[in-house]
Amino acid sequence: MSAALQLRDVWVEYGDKVVLERVDLDIEEGAFVSIVGPSGAGKSSLLKLVLGQTSPSRGAISLGGVPLKPQCTPDRGVVFQRYSVFPHLTVLGNTLFGLECETAPLMGRLFGRRRRAALQEAREMLEAVGLENALDLYPGQMSGGMQQRLAIAQALIKRPRILLLDEPFGALDPGIRGDMHTLITRLWREYRLTIIMVTHDIREAFGLGTRVLALDKVRIDPHAPDRYGATVVYDLPLDRKIAAEAERAKARPECEDTGPDDAESADGGITIDKIHNN
Amino acid sequence: MSGFPGAGQKGTRFLLGLLPILLLLILYLIVAADRNAINPNDKILPLPSAMGEAMWGLAFERDRLSGRYLFWADTAASLYRLGIGLAIATLSALVIGLLLGGLRSIRATFGPLVTGIAVIPPIALLPILFITFGLGETAKVALIVIGITPFMVRDIAAYVAALPREQIVKAQTLGASTWQLLLRVALPQAMPRLIQALRLSLGPAWVFLISAEAIASDIGLGYRIFLVRRYLAMDVILPYVAWIAILAASIDFLLAWASRRLFAWAHGEGQ
Repeated sequence: MSAALQLRDVWVEYGDKVVLERVDLDIEEGAFVSIVGPSGAGKSSLLKLVLGQTSPSRGAISLGGVPLKPQCTPDRGVVFQRYSVFPHLTVLGNTLFGLECETAPLMGRLFGRRRRAALQEAREMLEAVGLENALDLYPGQMSGGMQQRLAIAQALIKRPRILLLDEPFGALDPGIRGDMHTLITRLWREYRLTIIMVTHDIREAFGLGTRVLALDKVRIDPHAPDRYGATVVYDLPLDRKIAAEAERAKARPECEDTGPDDAESADGGITIDKIHNN
Repeated sequence: MSGFPGAGQKGTRFLLGLLPILLLLILYLIVAADRNAINPNDKILPLPSAMGEAMWGLAFERDRLSGRYLFWADTAASLYRLGIGLAIATLSALVIGLLLGGLRSIRATFGPLVTGIAVIPPIALLPILFITFGLGETAKVALIVIGITPFMVRDIAAYVAALPREQIVKAQTLGASTWQLLLRVALPQAMPRLIQALRLSLGPAWVFLISAEAIASDIGLGYRIFLVRRYLAMDVILPYVAWIAILAASIDFLLAWASRRLFAWAHGEGQ
C-alpha cells in the first residue's frame, strides 16, 4: 500500500505557543487511523492541518505525492461533531450540494438531464447510509444520528481521497453510536476509504481503527506550558486487524454482506492485546 | 410558536390577547361618555358616533377641493412611500449585509462606515434630504431608507459572520467557491433573518414616514393627522391612529406568515 498522506517534520506554532512539533507521519491508502490524546494535545490542530484550515509553520505535507495547498478542497471530506449539514437544505439538497458546486459554478444549481443524473447519484449515496426514507426532511427534523449519517453521505458523494472525522459520534447516544460504528466500518470497506478520525473514546479508537495514534507533549516546561508542543507519542498499527481485513478482502472481493457483530467482537480482543504489547 | 407552559390552545390565546384591548376600549367609552354628559361639544374625547360621522365624510364623500376620497388617498400615498422605502432598505440590507458578513476584506473596509452612519439620528438628516431631493416623494422615501437600512445591514452582517465555521469549511470541502458560499450557504440562511429584521424595522419605518409627512406633504396619513390637529379634531386623529395600528399589525402578521411558509426549516415546524 502506498502512502496517501505524508507529514514531514511538521510544526504548528502561534507566536510563542507551540501546538505541534516534529510530527512525522505516513498514512497509507485504505487505512483507518484513530487519533487520541488529552485535551489541548493538538488533535484538532492536526486535523485542521490535513484539512487545509491552517498551514504548518515548518515542515511539509503532501497528499498523494503532491504538496498540500492550505485551502479546503474537495479531495478531503470532513464530518464534524456538529454543524456539518446545512439547515436550510433537505436531506436530498444537502447531498446534491457537492455535485452542484462542481458542475454549476455560477448558479450553484443543476437542471434537466444533469440534475436527474445527480439526483440518482445522491439517492444511491443516501441509500448507502440508510437515509432513503428521509429524502425530503430538513436537518432540524432529524435526530443527531441521522444528521451525522447525512453529513457522511454529503462528504462521500465527492469521493474524497481522505475522509476526516472530528469526534463525529461524540454527541450521540451509546446505542446510536454503535449503529454509526457499524455504518462507518461498512462504508470504509465498500468505498475503500482512507479515514482519519479524532476521538476522545479509546474504545472507539481501537474498535474502528487499523492504526491508533496518540498525541501528547513529550517535554513539559512547568514555567512555560506552551513552550513545547505535542507530537505522536504512540503509533500502534493493529496488525491482526489489518491482516483480518486483507483476509476478508481476499475471501469476498466485492459486495460483501457485513454483519455488525463480527467487527465489534474481534476488535475488543485486538484492543487488549495491543495495549499489553506496547 | 413556542411558549411557556400554560399558554393554552390557539383560540384561547387569541381571546386572551383580545381581552386587554377590549378593556381599554370600554375604559375609553366610560370616560368619553362622562365628559360628553357634562359638555356635549367636547372635542378631546369624542364618542364613536362623532368619529364615525367624521370618518364617513373622509372615506365615502369626495373632498370638495381635490375631488378625492381623502382617507383612501392618504392610505394609498402612505403605503406607497412605506412600501418603496421598505423594499429599497430590505434589498440593500441583504446585499450589503451578505458582503459585509461574508467577506472579511469588505467588512474591514466598510464596517466602520456603516457603524458611523448607523449612529446618526436619521431625523437630523431630514433637512439635508429636503434640500437635496426637494419636498417630493424622494425625500420621504429616502428618510425611511436611511432610517432603517443601517440597523438591518448590521443585523444581517452579524448573522452571516456568525454562521458556524464548520458549515463554511464543510461547504469548501464540497467544492464551494466564495461566490457559491454566499449564494448557496449564506443567502438562504440570511433570508428568514432578513424578514425578522424587517419586522423589527417596521416600527421605526412608520415613525420616519409620519415625521416626513408631518413636516412637508400634501397627502398621507401623517399629513392628515398633523393637519387636523389644528382644529383639535380628535374624531379624525383617533381613527387614523387606530387605522395605522391595524395597517402596521397586518404587515407584521403577513411577514411572519410568509416567513413560516417560505422558510419552514427556520421555524422548527413539521417535526
